Amino acid sequence: MKFMRSLGLGLLAAASMLSVSSAKAADDTIKVGVLHSLSGTMAISETTLKDTVLMMVDDLNKHGGLLGKKVEAVVVDPASNWPLFAEKARELLEKDKVAAIFGCWTSVSRKSVLPVVEQLDGLLFYPVQYEGEESSRNVFYTGAAPNQQAIPAVDYLMSKDGGEVKRWVLAGTDYVYPRTTNKILESYLKSKGVAADDIMVNYTPFGHSDWQTIVADIKKFASAGKKTAVVSTINGDANVPFYKELANQGIKADQIPVVAFSVGEEELAGIDTKNLVGHLAAWNYFESVKSPENTAFIKQWHDFTKNPKRVTNDPMEATYIGFKMWTQAVQQAGTTDVDAVRQAMYGQKVKNLTGGVAVMNTNHHLSKPVFIGEIQADGQLQTVWKTNGVIKADAWSPYIPESAKLTADWTYPWVCGNCTEPKFKN
Amino acid sequence: MLKLVLALVALLVCSPAYADDFAGAVRALNADSFSDKLTAADTLAALGDGRAAAVFEAMADGRLYATADGTILIEQSGSYRDAVSGATVAASDAAAITVNNRLRGALRAAAGQLGLLNSDPVIRQQAAESMLATPNPDAADTVRKALAAETVPAIKALLSQAVARLDLADSDPAHRLSAIAQLAASSDPQVRGLLQPLADGDSDPQVKAAAQKAVSSIENRLGLIGIGVNIFQGISLGSVLLLAAIGLAVTFGVMGVINMAHGEMIMLGAYSTFVVQEAVRALLPPDYFGLYLVIAVPVAFVVTFAVGVLLERTVIRFLYGRPLETMLATWGISLMLQQLVRSLFGASNREVANPAWMTGGIELIGGFTLTYNRVVIILFCLAVLLALAAVLRWSRFGLFMRAVTQNRPMASAMGIPTGRIDAATFGLGSGIAGIAGVALSQIGNVSPNLGQGYIVDSFMVVVFGGVGSLWGTLVGALSLGLVNKLLEPYAGAMLGKILVLVAIILFIQKRPRGLFALKGRSVEG
Repeated sequence: MKFMRSLGLGLLAAASMLSVSSAKAADDTIKVGVLHSLSGTMAISETTLKDTVLMMVDDLNKHGGLLGKKVEAVVVDPASNWPLFAEKARELLEKDKVAAIFGCWTSVSRKSVLPVVEQLDGLLFYPVQYEGEESSRNVFYTGAAPNQQAIPAVDYLMSKDGGEVKRWVLAGTDYVYPRTTNKILESYLKSKGVAADDIMVNYTPFGHSDWQTIVADIKKFASAGKKTAVVSTINGDANVPFYKELANQGIKADQIPVVAFSVGEEELAGIDTKNLVGHLAAWNYFESVKSPENTAFIKQWHDFTKNPKRVTNDPMEATYIGFKMWTQAVQQAGTTDVDAVRQAMYGQKVKNLTGGVAVMNTNHHLSKPVFIGEIQADGQLQTVWKTNGVIKADAWSPYIPESAKLTADWTYPWVCGNCTEPKFKN
Repeated sequence: MLKLVLALVALLVCSPAYADDFAGAVRALNADSFSDKLTAADTLAALGDGRAAAVFEAMADGRLYATADGTILIEQSGSYRDAVSGATVAASDAAAITVNNRLRGALRAAAGQLGLLNSDPVIRQQAAESMLATPNPDAADTVRKALAAETVPAIKALLSQAVARLDLADSDPAHRLSAIAQLAASSDPQVRGLLQPLADGDSDPQVKAAAQKAVSSIENRLGLIGIGVNIFQGISLGSVLLLAAIGLAVTFGVMGVINMAHGEMIMLGAYSTFVVQEAVRALLPPDYFGLYLVIAVPVAFVVTFAVGVLLERTVIRFLYGRPLETMLATWGISLMLQQLVRSLFGASNREVANPAWMTGGIELIGGFTLTYNRVVIILFCLAVLLALAAVLRWSRFGLFMRAVTQNRPMASAMGIPTGRIDAATFGLGSGIAGIAGVALSQIGNVSPNLGQGYIVDSFMVVVFGGVGSLWGTLVGALSLGLVNKLLEPYAGAMLGKILVLVAIILFIQKRPRGLFALKGRSVEG
C-alpha cells in the first residue's frame, strides 16, 4: 500500500512538474522558489502559504520590484512526499537558480530539504512553528521555537488567570515535533515542581479518528481533584474528531482547558466551534489582533484571494515576515548573493502584524511576541494574554540536557549552529 | 468569595432595595481587564440580587453585550434585552463582553449559588448538579442552608451528596466518618479523588480505615464499569469500521473488484452532506437545520450511486478478471476524485456541524458519557446492514445479483442482463459507501483526504471477515473494534493498532479466506 501510494504520488508529481512552465531566466528577473505541497495530505495547510508568497511577490512587483528587477515566483508541488521535497529543492536551486526558497511545513520535509540547501548553498525560509533543536547556516526559521509557544502557554496555565493548573496531559501525534516538544515540556514542568504522577503523556498515530478511549482517560485523569489541563500537539486532521469527542463527552474549557500549538484560524474554519469556546491556542499571531498592519494585511489577503471569508493565520505572518526580511536584506546587500544576503539578515527588523518589531537573530531565529487566545464561537481566537515585549527564540532548548550545552551563533567568533565552544579562539 | 456568602445570607433575610446598586454593578462588568471584571462580578454577586443569576449565565456563555453608552444587554436567540430593566431593545452597536476561563468558572459558580435558592425547582436542580460536579468549600454554608430548606426529594439527595463531599474536609472525625459512609456507595471517580487523601493519611485511624475500604470498593466498581465502557467503545469503533466496509463488501466482496476508489466514495458522500447542509442553512429556517442529515442520506446515495455506475460503465467493466490493472486504475481514479474535490471545494476542511440531536451525551455511572453521535451511528450502521441484507435476500435485483456472481454464463442464459446488473451492483456498493460518508462526516474531518483514512481499514475488515460474506463483514468489524479498544488502555493507540495488524496477518496465514469463507463452486469461479 505504502509503496503504491508513494509511487502514485510520484507519478502525480511528475505530471504536475511538466505543467509548471520553467520560464527561461531573463536577466531582469529575480526568481524565488515556492516549495509547498499543493496536493496530498499537507495541501490542506500549505496551499495557503503558497498563496501568501504569491501575494507578497505580486505586491512587491507592483511597488517596483527588487533592485530594479521583477521578482518571479517559481511554484513547484512536492505533493506531501518527503523525498520529493529534496528533489524539488534541488531542481529549484540547480535548474531555476532561485535566489531563495520559501517552503516546507512538516519538520520531516525540512529535514529532507536540509542537506540539499546546505550542499548547494541555497537559502530556505521556514515559516512554521517547530520543535527547535536545529540551526542551519542556510535556513532562516521564522516560525516559533518551543520557548516562544509551548513554554509561555504552560506558564499561562500555571498562573492565576490560567486557572493554576497542577496536573498535565501532554497529548500529541506520534512524530518528531510533538515528541521533542513534550520532552522539553516534561522537563520544564518537573523543574517547576510538578510530580511525575501528575503528568500523563499520550501519543496517537497521524489521522487518529477514534478518540473515545483517550478522552475518557483524560476525564479519569482529571478526576483526581487537582486542576487539570491538556497540552495538545495533535497535528492536522486528527484535531477535528478530537475536539468533537471532547465536546460530546461534556468536557468544558473551564473544567479541563485544552491548549493547542497546531490549531489556528485555518484549522478552526473546518470545525463547529460553538462547543469549544474557551479552549486555548498559543501563537505569535492572531487574526483578531487589532493593528493597522494587520487590518491592511487581511484586506490585501481578501483582495488577492477574492474571497472575503478567507482567514489568516500564524504561519502566514511568519511567511510575511520572512519574505519582507529577505527583500530588505537583498536591498541592503544590493545583491541576491546568498552570503551577502545572509550577513544582511542579522539584525534585520520587520514590523509584526500584531504590533512591535520582529528581529532576526544570529541563531537564524526570530524574536517575536507570544499570544495566548481563547477559541470563540465564530472560529476566531481572542487574546487573553500576551508577552510584554518580544521573546528571543532558543534554537537549542535549555531544558534538554544534551541540547542545553549547544550554542547557535553564525557570527564571529562562533560561526556555528551546534557548537559547545566558539570555532575561532584567541 | 466571603462577600458572596455573606450576601447570600443577606438575601435570605431581606431581598430588594438594591435597584441602583444592581444597575451600577452590572455596568461595572464591562471593565477593561479580566481581573476588574472578576471584581465586578464579585460585587454583583455580593448584592445577592436574584436577577444576577441570568446576567452571570449570559456572561459566561458570551451572550452579554455592552453598547457604546455602557448599557448592558443580554442576548437571547438573536434579540437583546436590557440586563437591568428587562426591556427588549434594538442593539446594533453592541459588542460582546469578553471572558476568559477563570472568569467563566467564577461566573458559573456564582450563578450556581444564586440558583440554589431559586424558587424554580428546575433551576435549583441544575444548581445542585453543578455544585456536585465542582465542590466549592466557599459555598458550604449556602449548600447546607439550601439542604435544610429543600423539599423536593431528588434535589435533597443531590444536596446531601454535595454536603457529604464538603464534610470530608470537616475537622470533626465523626462528621468525616459519616460522610465517608454516605459516599462509599458512589461510583463517581471524583469521589475516589476526594477520598484518596483521607485513605492515604488521615489523622484519625478509624477514618483512615473507612476511607481505604470505601476507595477500594469504588475502585472495584469503576473497574467493572471500565470494562463495560471499553465494550461500548469497541462496538462503536466496530460500527464505524463496518459502515466504512459495507460498501466494499459489495464491490470487492461480491464482485471481486479491488476497488481502491472506495474511500473516495465515502468522501463524496461526506461532501454531499456538506452541500445539503449549506443548502438547508440557506433555504430553510434555522429550526429545521437538524433535518439536513436526513435529507443528506438519499442525496449522498444518489450521487455516489451515479458516480459508481459511471465508473463501472466507463472503466471497470473493461478490466474484469485483471485484478492488478483494476487496482491501478481505481487507484488512479481515487487520486483524480480527490483532486477534483480539492479544486471544487478547496484543500482545507469543510465544517459539517452536528445537528442538536447528535451533540453531547448523557452521563451514565462512573464518569462514563454515552455520546449521542456514537449511539446514532451504531443504530444507523445496523439499519444499513440489515437493509442491504434484505435487498440481497429478497429483492429481484438481489436475486439477479447473486445469480450473476455465482454463475455468469448461466445467469446470462436465463435472460438476466448481466452488464446492467454489474453496473447496478457497483453503483449499490458505491452508494452505500456514500451513505457511510454521511455518518462519518459527523465524527471526523470533511476533507479531500477523508477516504484515505478508511480504505486500509475497510479492506482489513472485508478480508478478515471473509470475502463475499456480509455477516463475516459484520463479525469482522465488530471484533476488530473490540480487540482494538480492549488493547488500547494497555498498549496505547499506536501499539494497539500494530498488534491488531500483526494478529490479522497471522490469522490470514492460517485462514486465507477469512472468518466466514464461502464454500462451493463460486469460490473457484
